[in-house]
Amino acid sequence: MPFELETAANPDNLQRVVIEPVTRVEGHGKVTLLLDADNRVHQARFHIVEFRGFEKFIQGRPFTEVPVLVQRLCGICPVSHNLAASKAMDMIVGGTPPPAAEKLRRLMHMGQILQSHALHFFHLSSPDLLFGFAADAGKRNIAGLVADFPDIARQGIALRRYGQEVIRLTSGKRVHGTGVIPGGMSRNLSQDDRDYLLKEIDQVLRWSLDAVKLIKTIYSEHADLYNGFGSYRSSFMSLVREDGAMDLYHGGLRARDEHGQTIFDHVDYSRYWDYIHEEVKSWSYMKFPFIRSHGREEGWYRVGPLARINNCDFIPTPLADAERKTFKEFGGGSATHATLAYHWARMIEMLHAAEAIEELLYDDDLLSDDLLNTGERQLRGVGVIEAPRGTLIHHYRINEDEQIVRANLIVATTHNNQAMNEAIRQVALQYLDGQQLTEGLLNYIEVAIRAFDPCLSCATHAVGKMPLEVELIDAEGVMTQRLIKDSDGRYRT
Amino acid sequence: MGASPMNKTITIDGKTVPFVDGQTIMDAAMAFGIYIPHLCHNPEFEPHGSCKLCVVSVNGRNMTSCTMPAVEDMVVANDTPELNDDRKALVQMLFVEGNHICPACEASGNCQLQAAAYYLNMLSPHFTHFYPQRKVDASHPDIFLDLNRCILCELCVRASREVDGKNVFGISGRGIDTHLVVNSASGRLGDTNFAATDKAAHVCPTGAILIKRQGYKIPIGQRTFDRKKISEVQMELIEQIKPEPDDG
Repeated sequence: MPFELETAANPDNLQRVVIEPVTRVEGHGKVTLLLDADNRVHQARFHIVEFRGFEKFIQGRPFTEVPVLVQRLCGICPVSHNLAASKAMDMIVGGTPPPAAEKLRRLMHMGQILQSHALHFFHLSSPDLLFGFAADAGKRNIAGLVADFPDIARQGIALRRYGQEVIRLTSGKRVHGTGVIPGGMSRNLSQDDRDYLLKEIDQVLRWSLDAVKLIKTIYSEHADLYNGFGSYRSSFMSLVREDGAMDLYHGGLRARDEHGQTIFDHVDYSRYWDYIHEEVKSWSYMKFPFIRSHGREEGWYRVGPLARINNCDFIPTPLADAERKTFKEFGGGSATHATLAYHWARMIEMLHAAEAIEELLYDDDLLSDDLLNTGERQLRGVGVIEAPRGTLIHHYRINEDEQIVRANLIVATTHNNQAMNEAIRQVALQYLDGQQLTEGLLNYIEVAIRAFDPCLSCATHAVGKMPLEVELIDAEGVMTQRLIKDSDGRYRT
Repeated sequence: MGASPMNKTITIDGKTVPFVDGQTIMDAAMAFGIYIPHLCHNPEFEPHGSCKLCVVSVNGRNMTSCTMPAVEDMVVANDTPELNDDRKALVQMLFVEGNHICPACEASGNCQLQAAAYYLNMLSPHFTHFYPQRKVDASHPDIFLDLNRCILCELCVRASREVDGKNVFGISGRGIDTHLVVNSASGRLGDTNFAATDKAAHVCPTGAILIKRQGYKIPIGQRTFDRKKISEVQMELIEQIKPEPDDG
């Protein structure tokens, strides 16, 4: 029912329920619901109400500056923007990074995946998953987690710290480093740095494996709830390696439809626009991408951990691949479509990142000084990477003076725009339809959004302190209920 | 020419500092090992006295130490809270007068303005940003000129004129409208004979003049001011250009 609840047939005299803001990460989002006098849901929309303008204000800047500038889009996944932009600039300088540089970039990227997935699972989502979606709000937060599950809280912090250390040693800083440059890298890894990272990798692997076990147990114990919550079938898109393996740094684009049939495969991403278009809707600043061959109505898809686990033929590290098989068996052998399966898929990826870090750390190429390649200048560059939240596309054009003249960024959360709208519509129908609103029920909407770990929904990143205001206005336009959650987490009416 | 005997002295912050006739207070101080913050001054060029960071108190009156000749028995105050507060305010004004976006600037870590701000303990711009509309000139094949970052120190003007013999740059306008101009009929850098090997291409204290395709090649940790404070770097420059002792 993709668009069934997008626009109410007759919006007049419906009650409008607004959740605003849903989030403070990468901007502001809100959810609006239109309900009739019996609280039946007629419309549900997830709006992105902030405009950022990076694509505009980098115009005129030298292309060398852009990878460092655009990583400021995000404080959680700057490495992803830095790498996607740098891959585009590799094309512009006409140089494929030497093997050592590519491995250093991959190491940095795996550090990014590890820290971002750890942050999301342990600190932002686990309160919902461990205490229950509608549990006491005073407990359903990081403080409650520390009190009741101190080991899990500690592991989350330690895993994130390790990922940040990988990033620091490859980029120069924990956040917003400059190690990646067009055509390669400006720094290698020293022997001391490698020894330092190797000291803790066994522990990181163990905790990552434990995290997969934890979400597997939670999911299995509540299989009906987790399989059904905000669930629907959809297409998936991700990068895959030439041999079909999961590859988060580089590959061709693969899209499969809701029945698992291939829509396109091993597509050269430098012509992504032959396959993906973006639609603009008046009620959101975020565009709605769709697969061209399937059209605006049917062409929407999901990206991110669930898409990648479902799309790949295998994961090229043994522990994560074993967990992928278990995940697939649980889903009956075909792609699992459940919204909450994102959490499980995300932890399998975190395990893969830990394994990949270990493998890379034993590679002597990381110590090499052969770090840069340049060739014939091009005027256009496209860089695509699998960011923690999904496929990230950076596309730039420069002029003969080497200034940016045009930029187009399609971030993971944008690909998931329609999918997140679908998830909240499903949840609104499943749990809110005809019900008296409570904070717990509102959190169901947020649980669905959080599953995607959207960059705009820093609601999740605000660790339970995102302010919310919900008003219920009856058919006569009179406010009948109001519930406000302040930024300190307190509720008032 | 034999070196004049240094039998004359001034006092800086209570220390007796020798000098020879013709030396400025800045020259004498730096040669003695006393650091006076500065941005527009570079001992390789004629003093300019425009940034005012090097203002010291001489017998109770404020003067730019880079242009003021040392005179016997001067009593100079340099490293005082009052003067350093004024210097910090001047740097803050430079930051808000232009568009200095350190997080994305490839000069970050090698920028004297940024380093001076750290040295003077500047924690915020303090003043309201002007956000001026300034030009970016990328017309030169090897050099990028970004006037957003120009602090009007005229070092490029002086270097081009005095060392390169080209006179590529000049200053135009008055007051707040003062700006760097390029000496070509089109006003574009690409239409001059400026070269990346020119001295003027390597004296900018900020990121206003950048060599293209070099951005971020020096990793964090190895940039000029990652390793040393601006005071150390500028003191070392004095040592580097000090003339060889005269045998006679």
